[in-house]
Amino acid sequence: MKFSIERAALLKAVAQAQSVVERRNTIPILANVLIEAEGDTVHFRATDLDIEVVDRAPAHVERAGATTVSAVTLNEIVRKLPDGALVTLSESGASGRLVIEAGRSNFALATLPKEDFPVMASSDYASNFSAPAPVLRRLFDKSKFAISTEETRYYLNGVYMHVAEGDGAALLRCVATDGHRLARIDADLPSGAEGMPGVIVPRKTVGELRKLLDDDDMQIAVSVSETKVRFATPDITLTSKVIDGTFPDYSKVIPIANKRRMEVDAAEFARAVDRVATVSSERSRAVKLSLDQDRLVLSVNAPDSGAAEEELAVSYNDERLEIGFNAKYLLEIASQVDRENAVFLFNASGDPTLMREGNDPTAVYVVMPMRV
Amino acid sequence: MPALCRDCLTTFDAGTRCPACRSPRVTSHPELFDLSIAHMDCDAFYASVEKRDNPALRDKPVIIGGGRRGVVSTACYIARIKGVRSAMPMFQALKLCPEAVVIRPRMEAYVEASRAVRALMDELTPVVEPLSLDEAFLDLTGTARLHQAPPAVMLARLVKRMQDELGLSGSIGLSHNKFLAKLASDLDKPRGFSVIGAAETVAFLAPRPVRLIWGIGPAAQEALEAAGIRTFADLSRWDKDALAQRFGQMGERLWHLARGQDARRVSAHTPVKGISNETTFHDDTADPDILDGHIWRLAEQVSGRAKATGKAGRVVTLKLRRADFRILTRRLSLHQPTQLAETIYRTARALYDQSGLTGPFRLLGVGLSDLVPATEADREGDLLDPGATRRAAAERATDAIRQKFGKDAIVKGRALR
Repeated sequence: MKFSIERAALLKAVAQAQSVVERRNTIPILANVLIEAEGDTVHFRATDLDIEVVDRAPAHVERAGATTVSAVTLNEIVRKLPDGALVTLSESGASGRLVIEAGRSNFALATLPKEDFPVMASSDYASNFSAPAPVLRRLFDKSKFAISTEETRYYLNGVYMHVAEGDGAALLRCVATDGHRLARIDADLPSGAEGMPGVIVPRKTVGELRKLLDDDDMQIAVSVSETKVRFATPDITLTSKVIDGTFPDYSKVIPIANKRRMEVDAAEFARAVDRVATVSSERSRAVKLSLDQDRLVLSVNAPDSGAAEEELAVSYNDERLEIGFNAKYLLEIASQVDRENAVFLFNASGDPTLMREGNDPTAVYVVMPMRV
Repeated sequence: MPALCRDCLTTFDAGTRCPACRSPRVTSHPELFDLSIAHMDCDAFYASVEKRDNPALRDKPVIIGGGRRGVVSTACYIARIKGVRSAMPMFQALKLCPEAVVIRPRMEAYVEASRAVRALMDELTPVVEPLSLDEAFLDLTGTARLHQAPPAVMLARLVKRMQDELGLSGSIGLSHNKFLAKLASDLDKPRGFSVIGAAETVAFLAPRPVRLIWGIGPAAQEALEAAGIRTFADLSRWDKDALAQRFGQMGERLWHLARGQDARRVSAHTPVKGISNETTFHDDTADPDILDGHIWRLAEQVSGRAKATGKAGRVVTLKLRRADFRILTRRLSLHQPTQLAETIYRTARALYDQSGLTGPFRLLGVGLSDLVPATEADREGDLLDPGATRRAAAERATDAIRQKFGKDAIVKGRALR
């Protein structure tokens, strides 16, 4: 195998590969990226057995072939090469080394046989559709903060992507929750997605997917089966197993009867929460919200470390209310708001609170209060 | 050489008998009046309390422990002559000493006795670090002027008062750091008083096995032996870097201990790191229902201690001992600290279910650690488990009822399994 490739194209492909491989794994081949050169394209394939990513990059292929090398080492080398360099990668079967040449630099990396590289079994996808990158970006960006890390409830360790019934029309919906907060984000259902099975997309896959979604004009080909999900652009194909479990019935969690409405500038609110939380020394910093006629007082009282208070002008005209929250959760949901004011709908101080952006029903957040 | 009579507390210069009372219980050492770090260890504490409270037992071998299937918790010195040791399975102890009187532990009595001993120690110095009910470190540095007597005299007086006023005997180790003081107290038990001075530290340690170091268990011992280290002399031949490289963090500590150096202070305020309770079964069991009942009762005990001390913990640990004595532990970090029996139970139960272990087991333990003040506990509900809030309220109500009518006033059905 021998081919030449531009440093930028190589770096993009290799960086993606090395972020998929597990840093600490006991199977050596899983630390490697499979490089396959043929025609005028090179494929870079990496997997952790749950996720597989294939990057295609144009290259000048002199001699077709394939081998595997350490993804992390190759990434480090390419990253340190000068911008604009032309890199030549070659391997003669005899030496068992991959030689990397760029300008006056020369590297030789140990290889493992390509036959040992595990290739993910293909799946029969029940549903294939195409969605614009910005739509998927919004669905996952706005929900992923609520993904749980709790191992006992493994079925919460991802974003539940499914078809939901909206007002009159079906929706493509993403939900994530850790039992303390929940995010429910909706988008118009792309054509062809109607029969899509609901799947729980694992946290790591959500992170890798994000790298495919930067280009606003890109259409992403999405394929879904009961066990796998695939996202593809012309250059990259990301295939992932989905979490084998049942996502809980979240609809019961979303309060519909909360009447007490507070409207506040989200950015101002977030900054104030952040400021008062500074004095708390606890790991889960509790912030108390005291509401009374267009007036919100945020306060923290930590007996050991100090106290803080800040007043904000808000729109509120219901009964007086005192309710506490984990400061981190408030900051996270407030930072999801980017266009309009944040609208909070409270019930009582022990009940879940709902937050949305203005009157937009397509992004809804629920947060559990905290005793203060 | 400075000398001290442990019977009449006379100090004098050399001799094997006290010039005042002719007692042979004399301790002499060149550094006797210069050392001030001590370790006090009660002699066969539980057994001594039992003998004190029931004089009929005085000349009989006494073993404290639970049931035929339990282990020996303490054996009196008469039983020890027959070879009975702490932690020995009871059946084995009874084979060695069939005439022994076996007594189930009366923890309240021991706690009470321990408090009395503690009160005497507190009169010597504010820096008392209890290690358990029956042993403690004392730092008497700078107390000589206050007491008008060197630490050694005050320590001899302490054990004499323990004997005279409480009917309990203890042994003293006196040295220049904690590590050596603890080694010393064990040299001359019972009613001992041993001194390890700075001058002889290295020579004293050299021939002794490294397993004397607290924290060197069988596994560490094996690792050390693989490196050719059996005695302190072996250990002192290694340089610091080599030890650190081979044994990590422990390596550097070993290097210092090889030279008899231990910089740990005697600390009166050792924070409680965790709360745990365990049960040894009468019969080994693999029955999930029986185990479940034990998990619940232990969770309740742990929770009770947390509530009583105003603590909550973030990590729940489940400990199981197999019939072949192998110990297995599983732990889980909670989203928020808890002091609720219900949460501890559910977590420990989940750890058991997920462990895939089937038993039979002979012991089960439940623990709570990573402790924080109770005010930080159980403050958030769970969106997906609305019952959690109700269960927490039920538990608080149960606690209130028990407070008023006693702890058996209300129990869960699962506690009866």
